[in-house]
Amino acid sequence: MSNETDKIEVALFVTCLVDINRPSVGFATVKLLEQTGCKVVVPDAQTCCGQPAYNSGDRRTTKQIAADVIKAFKGFRYVVAPSGSCAGMIKKHYPELFADDPDMLLEAEDLAARTHELVSFLADVRKFKVDDVEFEKKVTYHDSCSSLREMKVKDQPRSLLAGVEDLELIEAEDREACCGFGGTFCIKYSEVSEEMVDRKIDNLRATGAEVVTAGDLGCLMNIAGRLYRQGHKMKVLHIAEILADMGDKPGIGEERR
Amino acid sequence: MEVTSRQFKENAHEAMQDENLRAALGRVKTGFTTARRTAADALPEFEDLRDQARDIKNHVLDNLDYYLEYFEDQVTQQGGHVHWCSTHKEARDAILKICRDVDAKTVTKGKSMITEEIALNKFLAAEGIEPIETDLGEYIIQLADEPPSHIIGPAVHKTKDQVTELFHEHHQKYGYTEREEDAEKLVGEARAVLRHKYVTADVGITGANFLVAETGSTVIVTNEGNGDLTQSLPKTHIVVASLEKVIPTLEDVSTVMRVLARSATGQEMSVYTTFSTGPKRSDDIDGPENFHVVLLDGGRSEMIGTELQELLRCIRCGACMNHCPVYHAVGGHSYGWVYPGPIGAALNPQMVGLEEAYHLPNASSFCGRCEEVCPVRIPIPKILRHWREKAFEQQIGPKPDRWGIEIWGFFAKRPALYRLMTKIGARVLSSLSGKKGRLKKLPFNNGWTRCRDLPAPQGKTFMEQWAAKGGRGD
Ligand code: SF4
Repeated sequence: MSNETDKIEVALFVTCLVDINRPSVGFATVKLLEQTGCKVVVPDAQTCCGQPAYNSGDRRTTKQIAADVIKAFKGFRYVVAPSGSCAGMIKKHYPELFADDPDMLLEAEDLAARTHELVSFLADVRKFKVDDVEFEKKVTYHDSCSSLREMKVKDQPRSLLAGVEDLELIEAEDREACCGFGGTFCIKYSEVSEEMVDRKIDNLRATGAEVVTAGDLGCLMNIAGRLYRQGHKMKVLHIAEILADMGDKPGIGEERR
Repeated sequence: MEVTSRQFKENAHEAMQDENLRAALGRVKTGFTTARRTAADALPEFEDLRDQARDIKNHVLDNLDYYLEYFEDQVTQQGGHVHWCSTHKEARDAILKICRDVDAKTVTKGKSMITEEIALNKFLAAEGIEPIETDLGEYIIQLADEPPSHIIGPAVHKTKDQVTELFHEHHQKYGYTEREEDAEKLVGEARAVLRHKYVTADVGITGANFLVAETGSTVIVTNEGNGDLTQSLPKTHIVVASLEKVIPTLEDVSTVMRVLARSATGQEMSVYTTFSTGPKRSDDIDGPENFHVVLLDGGRSEMIGTELQELLRCIRCGACMNHCPVYHAVGGHSYGWVYPGPIGAALNPQMVGLEEAYHLPNASSFCGRCEEVCPVRIPIPKILRHWREKAFEQQIGPKPDRWGIEIWGFFAKRPALYRLMTKIGARVLSSLSGKKGRLKKLPFNNGWTRCRDLPAPQGKTFMEQWAAKGGRGD
C-alpha cells in the first residue's frame, strides 16, 4: 500500500441533504473513496450547490453561491459528490451561469472538469471493484433523473451492485421515470408530486425487492417518506451505504434501533 | 380557446380525481413510450437523424425571411395565394373572407393545432359557417365540446365508453339509434357520418406539418386519410400554418419526417403523407379549384434571436408529453391552453403571458425526459428555467416562495452561520422524531408532510462529526 503522501486527494462535496439528514452517506462515501486509495478532504466553506435558488429562478443568489463553491474547491484534482443532482449542478450548470463572465467561466469550467458523481467516479475513474461486501437482499435500483440524464450514470451502479455478494438486483418497470422529488417542486406542487411518487412506488413494490436504492438522497427521502406514510415496508438506502457495507443500519426514515 | 393556465393546480387536482382520465393517461404512458423506444432502437442512425433534423430547422430559423418569400413565390407560381397574418384575428378574418367569397355554409377540417390556437371553430360557427372536424379524435372532442388534450391524440383522454355515449347522443339523427360498444364499429359509424360531410362541404381547411419552400407545397401527415378527403373534395382548400413550418427542400422534408412519426407514435411513417401544390390543373382528375395558404406569425417572429428561438424547431410530434411524468399525472387540459405538456409549459408563457401561465414552467421536476426524447433536441428544461428566472425578476408568483429562497440564500452564503443553523435544525428534528426516525408533521410548511413522512435527520450533521473526528472518516 502506498503511504499517505502519494494518495490522490479528493475533495468531498457532502451535499446539504447528506450533511443535515443522513451523514452516514457521507461516511460511506469517505470509506469507499479511501478504499480506492484516495485521501479525502472536506473543505470547510461548503454549504450547498445552489440548486434551490437556481430552480426557483433566483440567478443572482445562485451565482453568488456558485462562486463560493468554486473558491472552496479550488485546486483539488478531484471533487466528488454522492449525488447526481449536485454533481450535475456543478458540472452542467455552473459554466452556463457564468457564460457572460470570461474569468469566472474559466474557473467554472475548470471545476466542472474535476467534478464527479460518486458512483461513476468509483467505477469509471477509480475502476473500483467491490470486495468482501455481503448483502443478502433483493434490491431494486431507481435511476434518478440527474444521475441518469445529466451524469450518464446507468451501468455503473449496476455493475458495482453486481459485485456485492448475495445481492439480487431486480429491475423495476419504468425505472427511468422521475419519482416526483424535483427539489422545491415536491413542496410547491405536492399533489402532482404525490401522484408521481405513487406510480414510482407501485413499480418498485411490484419487483418484490426488500430494498430500494439510488444515488440521490433527495429521491430516496421522497420515496421513503411516501412509502412509510402509506404503511409499506421497504428499506431505503443510498447506494454508497450498500457498497460500503453499511447496509445493516436503519434505512432512510426507518425506526431507530 | 379560453386560457385557464392560472388554475393549473385546481385543474390538475380535478384531473387527478378523474378515474377515466387516469386510465386513459396510463395508456399514453405505456403505449407511446414503448413504441418510440422500439422504433428508435430499430434505426441505428436515429440519433444522427435527430441532429440533422435539428440542423435543418436551425438553418431555416436563421434564414426565415428568405425561405418564406421563396415559399410564397412558389405558391403563387403554382396558382395559389399566400395570406400573411401577424395576429390570430387577422388569420381568422382572412379565412372568413375566403369562405365568404365562395359563399360557404360548411367547412370540413383536418386536424390542425393552429386552428385551435386561433379558436377558429367558435369563430366560424358564430359567423354562420359550420365547421366539421374529420380527424376521429378531433371529431370526438368537437362533439364533447372540449379542447384537445394532446397534440397528436386530441381525444386521448376519452375512454371507449365515453365515445359510445357521445356517438349515441349525436348520431341518432343520422339513424344510429343503437348504442354501439365495439371500437371498430364506432370508427365505422363515425366514418359513415363524416363521408356525407366531405362531399357537401364548400371549403376544406387543413393545417400543415411542413411548407416546402422549393416547390411551394404544403405537407400533411395523418393516419386516417381524412386530411386528403378534406383537401381534395371541396372546391376551396385553405391551409393554415405558422411560419416556422417552412422547410427548404423536399429532401429536407424527408429527413425530418423520418424522426417525426417514430417520435410520435413509434411508426416508421404515418399512414398518409399528402403534398398539395397549388389548385387543380386542367388535366387533374381531382383537387380544389382555389388554393390558399394562411400564414400566421402569432408572436413567433418575436422569438427569433431570443432564448426562445429553439422552441420554433418543434415539429409537434408529442413525444415530450408522451414521456412527461407531470403530463401523465395531470393530463392535457390542466395546462389550460392549446399546447399541453412540456412544449406547452415552455411555449405558453410567451403566447398567453407569463403572469397567466406562471405555473406551467414551475410545475416541473426538471427530470429532463422531454429533452431526452425530443426529435429536434429542444432544451425544454433550460427554457422552463428561463421562465422561472423571468418570473423571479418580475416578482410573479407566491411571495412566501420567494421569501423562503431569500432566507435560505442568506444562510447558504455564510458557512459559519449555516453550520450553526444546520446543527440546531438537525438536532431539533432528530429529537422531535424520537425513535420513529421520521416526522408526520412540520410546524411551518405542509407541502412535504401533506402526503409524505419526513425522514428525520440522524442527529449530528456530517460536518459536525467530521470536525469532531479531526477530519477523518473512521
Ligand atoms: S418539443 Fe420536441 S418532443 Fe415536444 S412536440 Fe415539439 S418536437 Fe415533439
